[in-house]
Amino acid sequence: MNIWGFSISEARVINYDKNDKSIAAQLSKEVPDSNLCIGCGGCSATCTAGNLTDFNIRKLQMSIKRGETTEAARELHKCMLCGKCLTVCPRGVDTRKMILTLHKLLHN
Amino acid sequence: MSIIIIGAGPAGCEAAYRLAQSGEQVELIEKENETGGNLNNWYQLFPDRKSAKELNRLLRQNLNHPNIRVHLNCEPVKIIRENNSFSIDLNDGAQLQGEALLLTTGFRTFNARRKEEYGYGIYENVMTSVELENFLTNHQLQTSTGKKPERIGLIQCVGSRDEKICNFHCSKVCCITAVKQAVEIREILPDAEILCFYMDMRMFGPGYEELYREAQEKYNIRFIRGRLSEASENLSKQVMIKAEDTLVGKPIRMSLDLMILMVGMEPSEGTRQLATQLNLKLAPNGFLHTADPHYATNLTSTPGIFSAGCSTSPMNLTDTLTDARSAAIAIKEFLLSNRANTHKKH
Repeated sequence: MNIWGFSISEARVINYDKNDKSIAAQLSKEVPDSNLCIGCGGCSATCTAGNLTDFNIRKLQMSIKRGETTEAARELHKCMLCGKCLTVCPRGVDTRKMILTLHKLLHN
Repeated sequence: MSIIIIGAGPAGCEAAYRLAQSGEQVELIEKENETGGNLNNWYQLFPDRKSAKELNRLLRQNLNHPNIRVHLNCEPVKIIRENNSFSIDLNDGAQLQGEALLLTTGFRTFNARRKEEYGYGIYENVMTSVELENFLTNHQLQTSTGKKPERIGLIQCVGSRDEKICNFHCSKVCCITAVKQAVEIREILPDAEILCFYMDMRMFGPGYEELYREAQEKYNIRFIRGRLSEASENLSKQVMIKAEDTLVGKPIRMSLDLMILMVGMEPSEGTRQLATQLNLKLAPNGFLHTADPHYATNLTSTPGIFSAGCSTSPMNLTDTLTDARSAAIAIKEFLLSNRANTHKKH
C-alpha cells in the first residue's frame, strides 16, 4: 500500500537481458520477411490508423523485437488491416501478415 | 628518369604496375618488409568475400615487371626538388632521381583506446575489427575466458563522425565491413545472437545493400539504430553496454560476451609526415587535399606531386585501385607536357 502518495517511476530502459524475446523469435519464424525491416517509417506514414491515433506500426514491431510486448499488445487492435503499409514497404515485408500473426501470438 | 612512388599498399602497387606497363621506370618505396600495406591484415574482402591474400598476391606479382624497382624496409629521409626533378635519399643510403612523385601512403586505423568509455584495452572482451579479422582467418572465436560467445555486438562509427576525438569524417567502409564480419561470425557461431549498433547504414557500393539484406534474411543479424554511449564490465567479464534504441525511442541496456569496435580510418603517420615535409595542403579531415574532388583527385597542391588511394580520403579497395590507375594517367599527362616543354626549350 502506498501511504505516502509518492511512487518511483518504472525505468523506461529496455532491459534486453531480462526481456522475454520468444514472441519475436516466433514472429521471425512465421513471418521471416519481418527481419528485413530497415526502420524507414514508410508504413507508419501511410497508416490510416496512424493518421488518426498514436498507433505506430514501425515502432510496434521494433518494440516486439526487443521483447517489449506489453505496450505493443495494447496497441495492436488499433490497426484496421487496410494493408497500405504492405504496398509501400521497400523491403517487401508482409506487414499485414505480421499484424495478424502478432494478434495470434500476443492474445493467445 | 623515373617516377618515385612512396608506399606499396594496393594503391602504390597498382599505380607502379600501370606506369611500368606504359613504359615508365618506377621506383617503389615501402617502409615495411613486404608490400600490401593494410591488406596484409585482412582475411576476406567485401562484398564478394574474395581472399585478401589472393588480391595481394596478384598486386605483388605485377611488381615483377622489369620497369619496377621495389625498395623494401626503406623510407625517404630527404626529399629535394630541383627544377623539374626530385632527388630522394633513402635510409639505406640509396639516392633516387624522379620526374614525378606519387604519394600512396594510405591510412591507419583509429586507436580505439582514445574512446575510453568503450573500454578497449581495459575490458578483456572488447576487440577491434582489425583484430577480429585475425580470428576469422583462424576460423575460431571465443571469449577471454575461453567460452563460446552467445551474444556479440558490433559497434559502428568508432573513431568516425565524432567531434569528441576530432574526426568529423565518415570512414565509409566500416558499415559494410561490419555486415561482412557479422556474416563471417555467424558461420563460426551458428547459434549466437549477433547485433550491430549503427547510426546509418551506408551501403554505397555495388552488392553492399544486397549483402546487408542477406545478413538480415539469411544470417539473422539484428540491426539496432543507436550509437554506443558507454560500456562497463561485470564480474563474469561480460561487457555491459548502454545505447538508445532510437527507432523504438527508449534507452537500451544489455550484456555482450564479445564487443567488436569498427575502427575508422585516419591519415597514416607517413601521410602526415610527408604532408609536413613537402608542405602539402591538407583537407579539413586531415587527409591530403586534392585539387578537385571530381576531375583532379590525384593532384596535390604542388605540381609534380601526386596522390592516390587512402592518403586522400577513406576508400574501399575498388576505389583505391581505380584512383591508382587514374593517378597513373595524370602522371603520364604531366610527364608528356613536361617533356614537350623541355624539347621546345632546347
